[in-house]
Amino acid sequence: MTKPERPGGKDPRAKWELTLYVAGQTAKSLVAFANLKRICEEHLAGEYHIEVVDLLKNPQLAKGDQILALPTLVRKLPEPVRKIIGDLSNTERVLVGLDLRPRTSKGGS
Amino acid sequence: MAGRARKTKQLSPPPAGLAKCPTGIHGLDEITLGGLPRGRPTLVCGGAGCGKTLLGMEFLVRGATDFNEPGVCLSFEETAEELAANVASLGFDVNTLIAQKKLAIDHIYIERSLIEETGEYDLEALFVRLGYALDSIGARRVLLDSIEALFAGLDDEGILRSELRRLFRWLKERGLTAIVTGERGLNTLTRHGLEEYISDCVILLDHRVTDTVLTRRLRVVKYRGSTHGTNEYPFLIEDDGISVLPVTSADLKHAASAERISSGVPVLDAMLGGKGYFRGSSILVSGTAGTGKTSLTAHFVDAACARGETCAFFSLEESPAQLIRNMRSIGIDLGLWVEKGLLQFHAARPTAFGLEAHLVKIHRIVRDVAPSIVVVDPVTGLLNSGTASEARSMLLRLIDFLKQNQITTLMTTLTGGSDALEQTEVNISSLVDAWLLLRDIESGGERNRGLYILKARGIAHSNQIREFLLTDRGVELREVYLGEAGLLTGSARVTQEAKDASEALAARQEIERRQFLLERKRKALDAQIAALQLDLETEEQESRQLIAQDEVKVNKWEEDRSQMARSRAPQTDIEEGAGRNAKTRGGRK
Repeated sequence: MTKPERPGGKDPRAKWELTLYVAGQTAKSLVAFANLKRICEEHLAGEYHIEVVDLLKNPQLAKGDQILALPTLVRKLPEPVRKIIGDLSNTERVLVGLDLRPRTSKGGS
Repeated sequence: MAGRARKTKQLSPPPAGLAKCPTGIHGLDEITLGGLPRGRPTLVCGGAGCGKTLLGMEFLVRGATDFNEPGVCLSFEETAEELAANVASLGFDVNTLIAQKKLAIDHIYIERSLIEETGEYDLEALFVRLGYALDSIGARRVLLDSIEALFAGLDDEGILRSELRRLFRWLKERGLTAIVTGERGLNTLTRHGLEEYISDCVILLDHRVTDTVLTRRLRVVKYRGSTHGTNEYPFLIEDDGISVLPVTSADLKHAASAERISSGVPVLDAMLGGKGYFRGSSILVSGTAGTGKTSLTAHFVDAACARGETCAFFSLEESPAQLIRNMRSIGIDLGLWVEKGLLQFHAARPTAFGLEAHLVKIHRIVRDVAPSIVVVDPVTGLLNSGTASEARSMLLRLIDFLKQNQITTLMTTLTGGSDALEQTEVNISSLVDAWLLLRDIESGGERNRGLYILKARGIAHSNQIREFLLTDRGVELREVYLGEAGLLTGSARVTQEAKDASEALAARQEIERRQFLLERKRKALDAQIAALQLDLETEEQESRQLIAQDEVKVNKWEEDRSQMARSRAPQTDIEEGAGRNAKTRGGRK
């Protein structure tokens, strides 16, 4: 399908800085990317910037963000840093994880 | 680490097909008969603070320094800096090893509250990170400490378990020897059942407090495809790593030397068949307080050092300085040997740590110093910590260990004043080869010391008691007085000897006196006899004179008669008869 790339362009005014960590083009990573893009378009249109990091190519980057599970989405901006793991198929929980919805089940920051 | 003398024991080779990976940890390789299973993960489990991480780190550090096998540590609990600081206390310079690319530490950290799980995922990043670290230094060893932290960080246990299974398989496929640590659960080896996945080798660490003394123990729960020591082995975390105390007593295979070494006291050597102890034997010196056990020991040490042998002296009651001062008073300068490096003192209170810890310490020092003589003064201190049977088995291990290394061991034990002299040591007396008993002999208001040889295996030893004197020239052994009055020592012996001498003198004088009297009597009687003889002679002489006079008279008278007869002629009869009578008298004289 589509190769994960950087949609939304390099917009320095991007309010949302998101990094998606994957390891190669696995089914899960492709699903995750598609889900992410859909959610961002729906909720953060024009305000986001997505960077996809392929750990098979840059394994040393996993250490910095303490990546363990794949795929992992890291919200670098706005602070604080948040991590969402999984293929992002549960939109509600993604929105909670991105602090776009108030937390209910879990203790927030 | 580099200077650590390592006398690797000759181990029976592992069965074909199962390669082993030596850990380099003292004692552990002996118990596992060569090390951990090479190319497989090993589970190390135990409660909090039992030394899992240290064991794992030592495995990596020794691998990097001693076996040229770089290692990777995935730490799930501590950061690399914390780990480095923690193991620095064991003398491990982790940062240098990291700089030399012999060690890599990756701290994996999960903050659950900052993580949202949304659908399918896997732990591929863990593999990526581990693989990256492994490839960057060409690692052969891995430590996962402790991977169970993941259970706290991730919700989906199903995914986690399948990923762990995949991880251990992946480690095996890559031929990595791994240690995986796990916290001990209530009724399981690990809280999250890691033993399900890692079944090749499981090592259980434990620490217990008995009588306020902590003892760490290690047990190999299972080791697939290999025999291994099955007991609980005490271990110590010391300033240069972990030391496990293996039981080596299972087989009695130590060589027996025929060489004899002096006890340092010539008379004692004479009592021991003229040559002293056997090299490599274990000698017990027991006695009540103040009987000179340490002094006898000092002689032995002095003699050994004078021969140029090295000696390790474990003092459990006196400080080295005190010992050296005290032994100077009997003319032995142990300080000289300390300066020459032949004698090493190791002083510690018995209560400082548990029995096992003491023995592990002795093991370690013996391994590092490789002395030919070991002294434990007094071993009683060790026996009092722990139960009697524990102490006995521990001591057995020690004696066996020292014998295997052909080290002559001299131990002293203190017998309580109220105990039967030969009773308390029964526990250990069967373990030793030679047993000297020092005891007080109380008589005549004095306490004196006596020395027996209770046993000396393989030596035709004296069965006699000797009086044991401590002089400023050292220990002296004297024959004791054995006479009618029984066994006497000290001044009683001196007195008795003097008394005997005077009695002998008196007896001699009496004999002389009697002989003199007899002589005098003989002389007196002789004199009497002479006097009587003289009397007799005198009387005889007088008698003869009288007789002669009488004869003269008679003759004269006869002569007169015959003249008269002749003058009267015929008138005769009566006169003739008378004349005959006179003649008869004269002829009778």
